[in-house]
Amino acid sequence: MTTAVADPLPDTTTVTQQHGLELLRQMILIRRFEERCVELYSREKIRGFLHLYIGEEAVAVGAINALSPEDEVVATYREHGHALARGTPPGTVMAEMYGKATGCSHGHGGSMHLFDAGRRFFGGYAIVGGGLPIAVGLALADKMKDNRSITACFFGDGAVAEGEFHESLNLAALWKLPVLFLCENNLYAMGTHITRHQSQTDIALKAGGYGIPHDQVDGMDVLAVGAAVRHAAEGVRRGDGPCLLELQTYRFRAHSMYDPELYRSKEEVAHWRRRDPLMLFTARLRDAGLLSEADLAGIEHEVAVEIDRAVVFAEDAPLEPVADLLKDVYAGVP
Amino acid sequence: MKTTYREAARAALREALQGDPRVFLMGEDVGRYGGSYAVSHGLLEEFGPDRVRDTPLSESAFLGAGIGAALGGMRPIVEIMTVNFSLLALDQVVNNAATLRHMSGGQLSVPLVVRMATGGGRQLAAQHSHSLEGWYAHIPGIRVLAPATVADVRTMLGAALREPDPVFIFEHALLYPMEGEVDEHPGPADIRHAAVRRPGRDLSLISFGGSLPKIIEAADRLATDGISAEVIDLRSLRPLDIATVTASVERTHRALVVDEAWRTGSFAAEVSAQIMERCFYQLDAPVARVCSAEVPMPYAGHLEYAALPQTDGIVQTAREMCGRG
Repeated sequence: MTTAVADPLPDTTTVTQQHGLELLRQMILIRRFEERCVELYSREKIRGFLHLYIGEEAVAVGAINALSPEDEVVATYREHGHALARGTPPGTVMAEMYGKATGCSHGHGGSMHLFDAGRRFFGGYAIVGGGLPIAVGLALADKMKDNRSITACFFGDGAVAEGEFHESLNLAALWKLPVLFLCENNLYAMGTHITRHQSQTDIALKAGGYGIPHDQVDGMDVLAVGAAVRHAAEGVRRGDGPCLLELQTYRFRAHSMYDPELYRSKEEVAHWRRRDPLMLFTARLRDAGLLSEADLAGIEHEVAVEIDRAVVFAEDAPLEPVADLLKDVYAGVP
Repeated sequence: MKTTYREAARAALREALQGDPRVFLMGEDVGRYGGSYAVSHGLLEEFGPDRVRDTPLSESAFLGAGIGAALGGMRPIVEIMTVNFSLLALDQVVNNAATLRHMSGGQLSVPLVVRMATGGGRQLAAQHSHSLEGWYAHIPGIRVLAPATVADVRTMLGAALREPDPVFIFEHALLYPMEGEVDEHPGPADIRHAAVRRPGRDLSLISFGGSLPKIIEAADRLATDGISAEVIDLRSLRPLDIATVTASVERTHRALVVDEAWRTGSFAAEVSAQIMERCFYQLDAPVARVCSAEVPMPYAGHLEYAALPQTDGIVQTAREMCGRG
């Protein structure tokens, strides 16, 4: 019988000061970066769809910091946090939001399609479930080439209803591919609550149907996420085959920028906000004596400066010439 | 040497697998079964299960996995059993394979080859007789090839594997038993140009894939009537070598496009429009099309025959265009 990921998880209550402050810095960067995006969106500097990750920062930061730089990352259209956690410079992410030539996708992708091949960040996929087969293929390439890399594949609870989720889990398990499936369960497929889109709301359990080890993790606790991902990644890297973690989290903001939130109550949002991952982790570091007020102020200041620079970079960045409109449709002249 | 389209397709796969360790084949029943059309027969035994992979019936997952493996540095050949089943993988084709290079600002490359059988004519009814090459040719970011000869099916795969972009190869199922000549060790095909299969003076018969034998037969019959038809095999639908087509039409002043797809929105419509845009003043007759009837493909043999383009209809239309109706 396939059960949850075997062995007790390592202790998640301790963290070195250096690592803890870095995780906090990344979470604050993502939060403040997106808050600035909201402002820039209202000023029409950023257009199109803008899906905010606010509330879910512990998932990307915890998970991506538990991977190696050689590992592949596949994400969704709500992927600003993942790109930033992977180390993509905030300036190139912001320039992408601005549709500029120096954006991380040359302005071709926008918010939903950030790419950074050098950091093995294989992008934001905006058709729900569409990234899973890609992740399976990246893992297949690693396995066939005897690489030790694994592919971390992020997707939401909404994707679990897609055929591509089931096809991909089956194929990855059948061929014992090194994929770590990371389900960011924020309880909503856009505006449809999980109880209204899943006959079985225990997502981790579904992996068991494919013989895939699985576990549920508190996605608001960055250390718990990190420990679970590190542990799962070890098995995947060892050649045990894929693993699925359900990271239980919550989106604090609207699905996209315009969303009257008719589908959930203010009380429910308030309830989850009491488990704000930044607040929880800040308190935890403080309680452990690893974070002073001056440290926190220093991080906030450093992040504010970094975001200011990113905005200036984006503002000053050139637009891709219209003459290059057809560039990169094919490698050369077709 | 003489061989069949099926054997030539297999020889191309074998050569690809021998020539590059990054190449592997995956698809439904390509291994132990030997391929639904026996194209990959014997390859599992020769190359092993790592490089000839039987997949579950999960078109979207294994086509997407082909994209991912290509991103990861491999050279996958994905076989979709038939174009009909490729509809289950269209998301991966349209949203990922075709977009990733451009959407990533040129950072990513998807050197993927997808092969599939296409076409009707075997009484397989409405769900197994599609001709959707034109749909694929609509999509920028991919290449679409339609080998209509034994030599082309032998050599287009090698050329496709050299492309840094996704290439879709459509093999008409009725062509597999066809015999033809091929070099024993041919080089990779030119996949950028259409071919004039037969020169002529009075009209251009233009088609691709499974309809090529029909227009060649039509040209033979027209010749006995004293009508000299030039036969153009498009070979690549995207990009389309319109220059070869217009050069032909400028010689013959008449164009008849044959396409097994439904007429509305067909690839023939695109070719026709491009001829009109470029050769309007050289035309002695409106561009004509012979396509499939606008009906889900019926099972009954006489109805299916009536629904598909046939040589009789091509000859008849050509005669009318030449004032011999």
